[in-house]
This record gives sequence, structure tokens and C-alpha cells, in this order.
Amino acid sequence: MSTTPLLQTTDLGLKIPGRCLLEELNWQIHAGEMWALIGRNGSGKTTLLHTLAGLRKPCCGHIELAQQQQLLKLELLSRKQIALRLALLQQHVSHSFEATVLQMVLSGRHPHLGLWQRETAADYQLARAALVAMDLADMEQRIVSSLSGGESRRLAFATMLVQETKLLLLDEPSNHLDLGHQVLIMEKLQELVFKQQHGALIAIHDLNLAARYCSHVLMLFGDGRYLAGPLDDVLSSARLSELYQHPIEQMIWDQGSYFSPGPTTPR
Amino acid sequence: MSRFQPITILSSLGVLCFLSLLVALKVGSVAVSWNDLWLIISAAENPWKDLVLQLRLPRALAAFATGGMLALAGCLMQVLLRNPLADPYIMGISGGAACAALSAMLLGLAASLIPVAAFIGAMASMLLVFALARGDGPWSSTRMLLSGVVLAAGWGALISLILALGPDNSLRGMLFWLMGDLSNASVPSVVWVAFPGLFLIAMLRARSLNILSLGEVTAAALGENTNRLSWLIYLLASILTAMAVAIAGSIGFVGLIIPHAMRLIIGSDHRLLLPAAVMAGASFLTLADTLARTVVNPLQLPVGIITALTGVPLFLYLLYRAKLQS
Repeated sequence: MSTTPLLQTTDLGLKIPGRCLLEELNWQIHAGEMWALIGRNGSGKTTLLHTLAGLRKPCCGHIELAQQQQLLKLELLSRKQIALRLALLQQHVSHSFEATVLQMVLSGRHPHLGLWQRETAADYQLARAALVAMDLADMEQRIVSSLSGGESRRLAFATMLVQETKLLLLDEPSNHLDLGHQVLIMEKLQELVFKQQHGALIAIHDLNLAARYCSHVLMLFGDGRYLAGPLDDVLSSARLSELYQHPIEQMIWDQGSYFSPGPTTPR
Repeated sequence: MSRFQPITILSSLGVLCFLSLLVALKVGSVAVSWNDLWLIISAAENPWKDLVLQLRLPRALAAFATGGMLALAGCLMQVLLRNPLADPYIMGISGGAACAALSAMLLGLAASLIPVAAFIGAMASMLLVFALARGDGPWSSTRMLLSGVVLAAGWGALISLILALGPDNSLRGMLFWLMGDLSNASVPSVVWVAFPGLFLIAMLRARSLNILSLGEVTAAALGENTNRLSWLIYLLASILTAMAVAIAGSIGFVGLIIPHAMRLIIGSDHRLLLPAAVMAGASFLTLADTLARTVVNPLQLPVGIITALTGVPLFLYLLYRAKLQS
């Protein structure tokens, strides 16, 4: 593709003590692409997301982030510049003091505001709209720690929406969500990516959500190997069985593929 | 969160500050009438002028500044360590100050040098924690907390040693210092510049404090340079605590209880919390010190006893009420 990617990695390597998770990742994400990031537990999905967000240093290679059609090395950008371009939805967010839902969602505006600036009416409008979109409209004044698992997940998603970045990195966004809300956030992501030309990389364990909503797949094997490409080229029962080291069966039906774990084969 | 508007709470606290200072000037071994007090404030001649302006005013202002600084330092430390049990003394700053101040008393240095010794001790302790916790670079609140707490325990042992070695006639002075005492306190003019300056810096980063209390990773993902911010907060809190301890010894509970009480009343947005805590801490300590020098008149109690005896039930009441509301 000739357009500038939103983010690009060159020979990126990830290590945790005693193990090499990923070697020589050469990967690009463009506007309008929705990537599923799949792999077993501990295969480096979160590590990769945090590395791409500049929260940890890669062991080798480098990451470049687009800034006005130009690619700039991530380590040359300030935290604030990065936060204006990419948002990270973490797996867990801790709250040490009691903030309200509205305060929490407004924290997404932090990188947009200067030292002396307060949130404007427009910021509040944006925050409230995100709460409405995430079905949290009547919870503005609730204390964050009193929310259920699924509600705080949607709150984190709303906070990410408010950050208004071109690139979205999501670590298991559908965790704790009921089926209706899983579809809600995946459809919201589709709207952002395909209609508004954002880019998203989504670590996800639910293959069927991935197959139904994503356009591309990045598979991490956890031993240095990876596989990246358009969804239909990458997702197959043979590959998935190898990835999860468990037989995965693929069923084709009129709306696409359905993946289901097969019975454990006796060794 | 309470039912009151933040602006109502902040302006009530402002009024409280003013009233607490007035009460501190009026009440004492000799009760000055409101009329006399008004004459003195409006610079007229009055028989009580010296008593009010030379004796009560410096002490009231010392309590006011110390309380404000301790409350602010407490807020900062609680965010920095993301631990509600954190107070300004948790990292051993008061211990370092106490060791230096008690040593100065042991050596028989002039009383005017004790605050200087305390300030130097506090800064030395701060630098020691800084060096120990820094390690290979990145900020770690766990390592920081552990180094600080262990160092504080070490200072505690040294304080016991000094008390054991000290001559009997200096023990009373040492114990008063350790409990926090304002009887001979005054505020050097540098504090009146430094305190507002540090408060202003803290206010500039108040939104960042909100973000940091969500955790380091979240704060970094939202565009904060958490390393730099953490060291800045540590530096601010340490200098504030060192100044407070140098003025008044280690007064307990103000730095722990006032920030929590204000969180319960005004919420956890630091743009409101910081000014609220400063005003509440300042008026609380001013009133507590007024009580300390009047309650068993003509004896004077160390103000630390009053802050503990009034602060604990007050805080437990607020906590109980907050639980009922939620």
C-alpha cells in the first residue's frame, strides 16, 4: 500500500526473562484496518501492545508512528505526543481513590489539555456522548469502584473513545462483557475503523468475534514466530490448531466461519 | 462525594481559615475582647497589642503554615505511593529531622539552631531515600516505600538511642519536639515564599495527579511522563514536610487525616482537593494549637496530642458517615 501506515515496526523483537516472545516483527497497520491479535496465554499479546504504546522498550528493532504523513521513531516522541496519536485500553485499571464515572471518562481528555486548561463544555459533551454510546448514561456520578466488571470495562472503552486517537490498541476489550455489549463495542470499533478511518489492534480470545468483525489477523506463537495478514488468509483450522495446540474446528455458514474447540485428543 | 457544591465548600474553608486565626489571637491566658482585637488589627494603640502581635500572632501563623504544608504534603504522598495509609512522615523525613534536632539538643546548640538542624536532617533523609530507591533508573513506588519505611525504622532506633543517652533535663524538650510543639515556633520569611510557590507548582500539576492516581501505566498511556512527575511530587512533598518539621517538630495525624477527610467531603479531583486540604489543615492546626495552650491553662500541651485526640474521632465519624451515604 502506498499510503503512510499509522504505525510500523521494523525487526521488532520482544523478550521476557528466559524467553524470546517475538523475533523480527515487520508489520504495518493502516487507517481502515481492524486487526485481531491472537495467541495463547503468555504468548506476548499484552507485551506487544504495551511496547507499541511505548510503555516498555523492545529488545531490538524499532517502532515508528505516523505524524502528519511522516513516520517518526517512537522513542523520539514525548509521552504526550504519543497519547495524542494512540490510545491503549488495558486489561485491568486500578483505582486507588474514589473517582466518579464522569471524572474517569474525562481523564481521556488529559493529553489534549494544557497545564492551566480545564475541561471545556466541548470536552464534557464528548465525555457524555461516549458514556451514552457505552450504555453508561445514567451512571455519571457513580463511584468507579462500585461498577460491575462489565460496566468498568465499558467505562474504560468510553475513556479510550474520548482520547480521540487515530490508532487504538485494545487488550481484550470484550472481557467481562455480556454478548449484547460485546457486539456493541465491536460494532463501535467497526464504525471507527471502517467509516472514520481509524486503525485498531485488538488482543482477543474470542475467535468468532474476531472472525466476524476484524479485517486482519496477527498471530503470535510465543516462540518468536508470528503470522500476519488479511483475515481469510490467516485464520484456518490447521493454523489455529497449531497456535492453540488444541484441535480447532472450522464450520462455514452463511455469515462466515465459526470456530469451535474440538475434543482433546488422547496423547 | 457530598451534596455541597465545591465552591461552597472551598469558600466555607476560606472563612474557617480566617476565623481560626481570629480565635487564635483572641483566646489564651488573657482573653482579649473582640473590640480590643479589632483595634489592634486596625493598628490602633491598645494595651494588649504586644501580647497579640508579638506572642500570639507568630505562633498562630506558625500553626497555620505548618498545618497547610503537612496537609498538602500528605495529599501528594498519598498519590505518589497510591496508598491511603501514606502520610508525610512515611518515608522517614520526620525521623531524619528528629535525629538531627535531638542531636542538636544533646550537643546543647542554641534553640534558634534546632529548626536549621531539623531541616538539614529532613533533607538528608530525603536524599538518602532518593539514592536508595533510584537504583537503575525507573521509578518504583514499591521500592521507594520500602526504602523509606525501613529508613524510618532506622531513624526510630537512633531516636531511642539519643533519648536513652540524653541527660534528664533535656528529655522534656526532646519529647515535646517529638510530639510536635509550637510553643516557641515562628515562621521564617523564606517559608512564606516557598510554601505558596510549591503549592502553585502542585496546582499546575493537579490534573496530572488525578491521572497518576489511576496507576502508572494508565498515566503513561494518557501522556504523562510518570518518572519525572513522580520525582517532582516526591521533591515537593519532601520540602514541604521538611519545612513543617523544622518549624514545629513532628506533629502527627494532620498529614494523614486532613487529606482523607477532604476527599470524603470534596471528592478526589486534586484541583479542588489540594486547596481544600491546605485550608483545612491550616485552620485545623491553628485551632488545635489554640486548644493546646488553653485547655489545661497555665500548662501548655504539645499540639501533637491535640491533633491526635481530636483528629482520630473526627476522621472516624467522617468515614462512618461516608459509609452510610454509599
